[in-house]
Amino acid sequence: MLPAARATLMAALDAGWADPRRLYAEGRAARALLDQAREVIADGLGVRPAEVSFLPSGPAALRAGLEGLRYGARRRGARMVATAVEHSAILTTGRYHAAAAQDPTLFAEIPVDRVGRVDLSALEEAVDVPGTVLAAVQCANAEIGTRQPLERAHALCQAREVPLLVDAMACLGRDATPEHFDVMAGDARSWGGPGGLGVLVVPERTRWRRPGPVSEVEHGRTDVEPMVALALAAAEAWRQTEANRVDDSALSWAITGRLRAAAGTLGDVDVVGDPDDRLPHVLTFSLLYVDGESLVIELDRRGFAVGSGSACTSSTLEPSHVLAAMGVLTHGNVRLTLPLGMIAPTLEHDVSRFIAELPGAVAAVRAHLGASDL
Amino acid sequence: MNPASDPSPIEVDARGMRCPLPVIRLADAARDAPAGTCIVVLASDPAARYDIPAWCRMREHELAEVTQIPQKSPGTDSPGSRGGSAEGDHPGYFRFVVLVRAQRSKAGGTGSGSEPRSRTR
Repeated sequence: MLPAARATLMAALDAGWADPRRLYAEGRAARALLDQAREVIADGLGVRPAEVSFLPSGPAALRAGLEGLRYGARRRGARMVATAVEHSAILTTGRYHAAAAQDPTLFAEIPVDRVGRVDLSALEEAVDVPGTVLAAVQCANAEIGTRQPLERAHALCQAREVPLLVDAMACLGRDATPEHFDVMAGDARSWGGPGGLGVLVVPERTRWRRPGPVSEVEHGRTDVEPMVALALAAAEAWRQTEANRVDDSALSWAITGRLRAAAGTLGDVDVVGDPDDRLPHVLTFSLLYVDGESLVIELDRRGFAVGSGSACTSSTLEPSHVLAAMGVLTHGNVRLTLPLGMIAPTLEHDVSRFIAELPGAVAAVRAHLGASDL
Repeated sequence: MNPASDPSPIEVDARGMRCPLPVIRLADAARDAPAGTCIVVLASDPAARYDIPAWCRMREHELAEVTQIPQKSPGTDSPGSRGGSAEGDHPGYFRFVVLVRAQRSKAGGTGSGSEPRSRTR
């Protein structure tokens, strides 16, 4: 979280503690603060405040976006399509509905190419099927950074009156804000805000109905009151991040460029994702003959916290569905997500040290597996 | 289906091994094999399904065939039992047929690292 957002959060715990639904002075103050936060975020996203709802997390907002589009179109059908690299909140929910209806055709997963970009002609074919009520396409993938062609995806969905659900969790605050969507979901953490705050954007033109009893909370799009202090901290973080976004993106882009080049020299490596049309701050590569778990531990020992999409690092022992859908190497996977420059002032120095230490860490793991000369 | 010059395929049974061991065993078998050698790999690790094709692509060997062999005794398998299962009691596995192409030098710059870059430019 950004330091300023943290300070706002602490101050807001004092000022905005009351229930915004109550009519006493503290309640009215909390309501005013919540409205203020909503205005800042709506303005940043280029939408109206009434179109923005705060939910308990980004994935919760995404799932709510899906359920509301689905329920709103229940008389037209129940079929949903999504790219194979969507967030698991989309994929598991889609598969659940298809399984519950005992009809596997109710959820179609659209393949992606080797860099993780959706196959638009397959998407077009999928939304052509009668009874399709939504298509889910992310703005960019949080794991590999590849951007999706939202403008074209939206155009082909609009031509068939199928609403487009956009997961913007990976890009808000780090990349251009998506303009092409019918429902959008984001997470305050992506722009340096606090955890525990998702954003659901439902433009007035979109037909969206929340399944379940009518709620007065957050324009009727959830039944969980948002915590005012979190919303205020998220708004403050948005202000700061947005003001610095261009510079921060340029710095992140330069650093991930250096990292991509360094990873490419390791030998037997798949540097994954689109090298150009991508998020500025995300980088993934997979190393042949390396097990992800050992490498994550080896790098941690050297003071670096990295993620991994390898099967051995997941609780299910299944590799990342994103890497699998792309057909790239899943073992020996290292995933780096750069923090915002304002959060990590020593980022460039840390990355230089990482680049210096990475070959040694990889060699150590390969030697341990007896794979040094394969 | 296999070339006549290749009468006896090498078999690599990597069932029960976790990633990246199946790929390491395959690479080990392919290291000194002449071009045209056929290697049959059996692997039950879910990652092998993606990683063996990826290895073939990175090393420019040919993946001739992939077959999924369903589990033998459905009642005895539980999702967490992978790795410790006894011989003949595998929870289903994949069978890969790999044809070794001409060997390239292994030292540095295998080309796989620059491949995604050159593809999209």
